[in-house]
Amino acid sequence: MAEGIRDKVAIVGMGCTHFGERWEVGAEELMVEAFNECIADAGLARDQIDAAWFSNCMEEIGVGKSAMPVGQTLRLPQIPISRVENYCASGSEAFRGAVYGVASGACDIALAIGVEKLKDTGYGGLPGLDIGTMPPLWWANLSAPGSFAQLASAYRQKFQIGKDELKRAMGMISARSHLNGTKNPKAHLRKAVDLETILKSPMIAEPLGLFDCCGVSDGAACAIVTTPEIAKSLGKSPLVTVKAMQLALSDGSEAGHNSWDGSYFKTTRVASQRAYDEAGITNPREEVGMVEVHDCFSITELVTLEDLQLSPEGGVVKDIMDGFYDADGKIPSQIDGGLKCFGHPIGASGLRMIYEVYLQLLERADERQLDDPRIGVTHNLGGFPHQNVCSITVLGRGD
Amino acid sequence: MIGITSCGGYIPRLRLNRKAVAAANAWFLPALAGQAKGERAMCNWDEDSITMAVEAARDCLNGSDRGELDALYMASTTMPFADRQNSGVVATALNLADGISTMDVTSSQRAGTTALLAGLNAVKGGAANKVLVAAAEKRKTRAASVQEMQFGDGAAAVTVGNKKVIAEFKGSHSVTVDFVDHYRDSEHGFDYTWEERWIRDEGYQKIVPKAVKGLFEATGTGPDDIDHFVISSVYGAVPRSVAKAVGIDQEKLRDTLAAVCGETGTAHPLVMLVHALQDAKAGEKILVVGFGQGCDALLFETTKAVEKLNGISGVSGSLARRKEENNYMKFLTFNGLIEVEKGIRAESNPQTALTTLYRNRKMLEGLVGGICTECKTPQFPKADICVNPDCGATDTQEDYEFAERIAKVNSWSADWLVYTIDPPGHYGMVEFPDGGRFMADFTDYDVGDVDVGMRMRMVFRVKGHDSTRGITRYFWKAAPAAPATEG
Amino acid sequence: MATGIKDKVAILGMGCSRFGERWDMSAEDLMVEAFKECIADAGIDRKEIQAAWMSTCMDAVGVGKSALALALTLRLPQIPVTRMENLCASGSEAFRGAVYAVASGACDFALAMGVEKLKDTGYGGLPVREDGPLAPMWWANNTAPGAFAQLASAYRQKFQVGKDDLKRAMAQISAKSHDNGAKNPKAHLQKAVAVDTILNAPIVAEPLGLFDCCGVSDGAACAIVTTPEIAKSLGKSDLVVVKALQLALTDGTEAAHNSWDGSYFKTTRAAAKRAYDEAGVDDPREDLSMVEVHDCFSITELLTMEDLFLSQEGEAIKDVMDGFYNADGGLPCQIDGGLKCFGHPIGASGIRMVYEAYLQLLGRAGARQLDDPRLALTHNLGGQPHKNVCSVTIVGRPE
Repeated sequence: MAEGIRDKVAIVGMGCTHFGERWEVGAEELMVEAFNECIADAGLARDQIDAAWFSNCMEEIGVGKSAMPVGQTLRLPQIPISRVENYCASGSEAFRGAVYGVASGACDIALAIGVEKLKDTGYGGLPGLDIGTMPPLWWANLSAPGSFAQLASAYRQKFQIGKDELKRAMGMISARSHLNGTKNPKAHLRKAVDLETILKSPMIAEPLGLFDCCGVSDGAACAIVTTPEIAKSLGKSPLVTVKAMQLALSDGSEAGHNSWDGSYFKTTRVASQRAYDEAGITNPREEVGMVEVHDCFSITELVTLEDLQLSPEGGVVKDIMDGFYDADGKIPSQIDGGLKCFGHPIGASGLRMIYEVYLQLLERADERQLDDPRIGVTHNLGGFPHQNVCSITVLGRGD
Repeated sequence: MIGITSCGGYIPRLRLNRKAVAAANAWFLPALAGQAKGERAMCNWDEDSITMAVEAARDCLNGSDRGELDALYMASTTMPFADRQNSGVVATALNLADGISTMDVTSSQRAGTTALLAGLNAVKGGAANKVLVAAAEKRKTRAASVQEMQFGDGAAAVTVGNKKVIAEFKGSHSVTVDFVDHYRDSEHGFDYTWEERWIRDEGYQKIVPKAVKGLFEATGTGPDDIDHFVISSVYGAVPRSVAKAVGIDQEKLRDTLAAVCGETGTAHPLVMLVHALQDAKAGEKILVVGFGQGCDALLFETTKAVEKLNGISGVSGSLARRKEENNYMKFLTFNGLIEVEKGIRAESNPQTALTTLYRNRKMLEGLVGGICTECKTPQFPKADICVNPDCGATDTQEDYEFAERIAKVNSWSADWLVYTIDPPGHYGMVEFPDGGRFMADFTDYDVGDVDVGMRMRMVFRVKGHDSTRGITRYFWKAAPAAPATEG
Repeated sequence: MATGIKDKVAILGMGCSRFGERWDMSAEDLMVEAFKECIADAGIDRKEIQAAWMSTCMDAVGVGKSALALALTLRLPQIPVTRMENLCASGSEAFRGAVYAVASGACDFALAMGVEKLKDTGYGGLPVREDGPLAPMWWANNTAPGAFAQLASAYRQKFQVGKDDLKRAMAQISAKSHDNGAKNPKAHLQKAVAVDTILNAPIVAEPLGLFDCCGVSDGAACAIVTTPEIAKSLGKSDLVVVKALQLALTDGTEAAHNSWDGSYFKTTRAAAKRAYDEAGVDDPREDLSMVEVHDCFSITELLTMEDLFLSQEGEAIKDVMDGFYNADGGLPCQIDGGLKCFGHPIGASGIRMVYEAYLQLLGRAGARQLDDPRLALTHNLGGQPHKNVCSVTIVGRPE
């Protein structure tokens, strides 16, 4: 009977580049930048890595297919390196591959590295994605903002919330992320923005304005994982261990069956419950110390906090306005600035979230340090509300 | 008895205000002010002759059994494809069986009446029992041209057959004369037109009466028998002078719809005919002429059934659904007469995989989904495994048509980021009350009026045009439906 | 200390679609075709699958990004589904993901599905792919045949082999695969072809002729894996277990360092050695019962026999001409027709290779059945000789 992978794997090193419009570097340099920090943190030599997992979503405008760019760039000595891809959840998938690699006994020391170079397209905003031959023939002519924006009309309809009230709560989310970003030297955006500016900003996709949408950044992040025994033998203390890794993908019912009302993420609910079970968490609102959610859009964060069972259904607006998720609140959300301000280089984001939790658990988060968070949850989502992949990772200390 | 058994019409919703056009062009051609009365119908960016023909056909077929059709003919001089059967696309959009015969009729302003004649003769000769004839035109004109003011976009459709006839076909006569009042060759997009007076005096005045006289002889009728005279021309004086020449009372001339629609090319005789059928009484004779390198003249006599044209919108219903458009720049942009800066995002131009299109043609062109025979849940698209989370049965689905069903908006957005020629792009999750849903592009909406719960009808529109590879892609979109009396 | 995954995972069921120009089938239809066979073979319910790995390489002309296509098509109940991509080795990567997940204790039943729809492009041959913005600015304007063809000139140079001798050996390889394919009802090509026809065929990329190159096919293949204990408890008495799963990626030396002479695959040698260690194979030429190698081109197969240490260096031609790799030879190679005749739907190939090994080991290979095979090796390669990813998998009976 599968028992899950709780406490089987520990993180011994992590690295993360400065996220932003890194005009002067390519994807290769970004990988090296993240890797150098990571390998130094781990205290290992490059040739001690047994296997690697690589996350890169938009390879067609980046490094091209396969995981070869990692081997070639980092000169890893012909070890197994696998490319994983699941839209914006790719970074978590690379981490999961490395974790399973170690937990299965296939290897001792595994690397997970994610990179994205989005700024070589010549235009602003998220580049168009390959969707195959069939979708262009019938999918709505949609974009990410327009798809996620629809959560708002559905959520408002369900809970009878006024337009302005919801817009304000969304604005508060972004304002808080901006404030958190100012304390993060690696963040893409490091300026506070006030609520009024956010509310008045140009409309991107009704009702999401400019500041309700995360931007487009280049960056890389990576992690080295191993067994707790090996981690201890390397002198690591305290240990940061993986408590749960869960993933859930749409089965088609959101897009094709009238049972979904459009106001929440089915997958997030399923994956987070499985993750809490795997990690032994019975009361998330009480037990979770910090959360990094996939705030591609403020409205995503808003409904996700309910989907993660951190706020009661219909209660998140109140929690937000009460500051529950602020840096000095009960469950700080996006303490590192989130996708919104740290940035969203797609293949790296899932790992960047884990990076912040890792730093926080080891009390290395400098100005952003929270008071003994104990359990950190990351939520990494790819796709659209009506068709998506959701990854939940729970990290804690290995005691 | 053989004749017309049903009719339908489609005039695009947008109506370009002629004053706005004249004012914009006044610096170049002040004389256009003389034409600046009323409005002309204008296609939305996602409409063309095929989409309009589909709309007119749907209207015409409203409520009838589509399985009765033996043939479908489409007439247009603005067919989207020179070599890919356009009437075939229309037939697929209507989800007709493949055992029918289709034909594109083109290259002349009387192609519409010629196609109608061909349908009638097919029934008369026993080759078919029921034929749908659709005519559609999306006009192409240069900026600041007189034609730009006079032409309009539109379509009409009739079924002809031998059961439940609403207007009996009494006979016809055609003359063929290579009178080139204007021409358009296959390389150039615009008409080249000769002088108005010559067209009137040497063309209409001399050729139409020949056809009409021949018709009177063939049917044993005379000018006094005619109750409705359908003759269209951009030249306002022509219908009057031709009526005089053939002896028909001016009172019997049908309104050419110049003030509210404009002249819809080869579709216009059928547009005017449908308009006539909508207010004709029983026992009235309708003379229809089509003029273009000769003339077709057809005679119909209405039956009692014409007074009971239930459920169709027709031309008058279409005309009533109007939205004034004062933005001439928009008209020019939609018609590719002005190049706006589309930005790099618009460069994305995926190939249209013909193998994929073919495998899925019922879904893509006919909006056919599936219904699970186990749990009875309709779903789009049809799939191997039922989408109902409580069912999940395998290999249980049958075809299920969504096109004629009304949907409701469950969620939506207006998107300024996505590339579209008519921003912001509107789309959302539409849901069919009996089951089924999908994320659909919206069209024909008023910005600011879209909201959750809105009733939508599905319409067949241009999904995109790939000018590099020369193909137009079609799919269905959701458009606001009229309040509950519709559908 | 990592012990590898030998004997930790058993194959519960497998399925494979017919490969070929499946005009009337979409990628989704092909997945369903393979899956139906697999789930029936496994004898469990679809809802019991707890995680899945999907392999597809050319997403742009197929199903688009992420693993949603698999999740949506099979209506998998919101379980984790991960997309793997490593060029032509993708299929083996999906299998590896599923195997590691079971071995790690993360789940009991995992699905690996490989699919490729290559025939929606409108032209013959391998579809063009996007390699990112930098590659087109300097990479040689090459194709796969042209890249692999270069092995020939390098090999001839190294071992002083005459042009005709090499050409004849290559032809013998293809003729042998055609003979084998004729016995395989699922193969794309099922006709024997004479050596002379092969020798006289038009040149595609000197010295590879038409019959030296595998074709382009649509298809899908899948496997469900679990622990040997669970497999036994479900009534499977004759088990096929995974003995080794190794991968090796280039570190850049072949393409940029003068130490590589162009006549062999560095990665194949590294991966094979590790795989033999993991599986406990001391004398592969004797111990293996059959091999399925990546015969994208006949020259690839020829050299691979040496890189897998089955033939001595410089001796592969002799072994080929002696019939050692024929169906009735000492070590049958491509008994199911290989990429050459079974076909090469990229994402499916790695799993198709395991499928034949599985059938052979269970005595279910019909007209192709070998006499009591005990250990099978698959070799699945993506990329080009000067930069590639090589996967080596060994399956056999439990100890």
